[in-house]
Amino acid sequence: MIEIRNINKTFDNRHVVKDVSFKFLPGKTNLIIGESGCGKTTIMKLMVGLHEVDSGDVVFDGENFPKLDVKGKQEIRKKIGMLFQGGALFDSQTLEENVGFPLDMFTDLSKEEKLDRVNFCLQRVKLEGKNKLYPAELSGGMKKRAALARAMANNPRYLFCDEPNSGLDPKTSIIIDDLIKDITQEYNITTIIITHDMNSVIEIGENIMFVYKGENWWTGDKTEILGTKNQELFDFVFASEFMKTFFKKD
Amino acid sequence: MNPFFHIGRYFMLMFRVFSKPQKLSVYWRQILHEINSIGISSLPIIAIISIFMGGIITIQAAFGFTSPLVPLYAVGFTTRESILLEFSPTIVCLILAGKVGSNIASEIGAMRITEQIDALEIMGINSAGYLIFPKIAAAVLIFPFLIALSMFLGIWGGYAMGVSSGACTEYQYVFGIQAFFQPWKLYYSFTKVIVFAFIITSVSSYYGYHTSGGALEVGKSSTSAVVYSSILILLFGLILTNLFFHR
Ligand SMILES: Nc1ncnc2c1ncn2[C@@H]1O[C@H](COP(=O)(O)OP(=O)(O)O)[C@@H](O)[C@H]1O
Ligand SMILES: [Mg+2]
Repeated sequence: MIEIRNINKTFDNRHVVKDVSFKFLPGKTNLIIGESGCGKTTIMKLMVGLHEVDSGDVVFDGENFPKLDVKGKQEIRKKIGMLFQGGALFDSQTLEENVGFPLDMFTDLSKEEKLDRVNFCLQRVKLEGKNKLYPAELSGGMKKRAALARAMANNPRYLFCDEPNSGLDPKTSIIIDDLIKDITQEYNITTIIITHDMNSVIEIGENIMFVYKGENWWTGDKTEILGTKNQELFDFVFASEFMKTFFKKD
Repeated sequence: MNPFFHIGRYFMLMFRVFSKPQKLSVYWRQILHEINSIGISSLPIIAIISIFMGGIITIQAAFGFTSPLVPLYAVGFTTRESILLEFSPTIVCLILAGKVGSNIASEIGAMRITEQIDALEIMGINSAGYLIFPKIAAAVLIFPFLIALSMFLGIWGGYAMGVSSGACTEYQYVFGIQAFFQPWKLYYSFTKVIVFAFIITSVSSYYGYHTSGGALEVGKSSTSAVVYSSILILLFGLILTNLFFHR
């Protein structure tokens, strides 16, 4: 479990994250939703220490991350898998090397064991046999999937995904959503997913935080979200014509 | 921006670069890779430039020394001194600052803006150490060999072009390049090379590592890397010359 308590962040006098608190549960797909620019990525980066919190706690299973020293932070980070918005695959490495990278750095697996694990991960994201391709040779969707394979390679306890299916076609989006949900349940991972895709919310929204202008505005799950009386959330959820047609009751 | 800001941030980065490596075997593999991409790939340009510069220096020297008071072996002597002391250690390093420096800054800068460096950090890897240390180590190891080769080719180029163009005789050149040789000057040259190798790789890595923004900023980082490593090469060249030629 990861608990954030009253975290704040200011960028050059702009208060971007305001006193946000939330509990991200293990074995569940925890969603951070909200319109773009509301501070979702910043919250995620604060949690993993890519930005430093101005104040507040980020507690990973009892350990308060911002208070740890460099060593302590690195130990926690070894248990983190992260899927970046753009994939962030290493350009100079093949798919196989990318996915095997965390294993190279942090395990003493033999070559064969590593290759087995890499192939297993690639097969789960439906990229089997693409071992020797470089990131530049992949489409956007394939990059995202490869990045997910890398994020899950070293059996993370915590999985962070920043817009895992933005820019993907609906079919690939569903594959990725399902995959994330599956591994979350299978390995009891604490998974945090940023999204503004309502399909994903309906599909995998087990524990949702809606962020509005840098604040935790609403929390709940996918069934509660459709009946919300909260005006800002309502506007966010029913912004698309699709949602209006199919879900709006009155 | 404030130079002290950059100097402070540079030393903070270097502190992280030289902290204890997390997995030595991975570092070794990276160093070998960098030796190849920094060193071996620079061989053709170094060879071409050195041979031609050696030839040019020789012919100019021969043309200049028309007075009967100057012995003709001065041509070989002048060529050797110019190449060993200044051309190979400094000019070739300036050229490498352009080639290697821009390459390093744009590689690391691109990794920064596409979040590859964040990805390393998230995995619990010291990204500064992992990315930069192998480059510095590779350069400090391989530059002396590149420059030694440049010296050899420069002197050989002087011989080939000087003698074939009739600027001086074979005997005069060969005698000249051996005359009044002082070995300590090689220490001076190679000290410079090692310092310059460090400057080029660390300064360029610094500019790459602190890129923020987009592709445009990667280009700017790469320009800054070349400009500032060149200036620092000249500055430290001057400092080292003062130290070694002090009476
Ligand atoms: N490194 C930064 N420096 C300054 N401002 C930033 C930085 N990162 C994000 N911001 C600002 O913080 C706000 C929230 O950004 P972000 O968290 O990326 O939004 P989201 O992911 O919800 O789209 C934006 O207004 C953005 O301009
Ligand atoms: Mg974002």
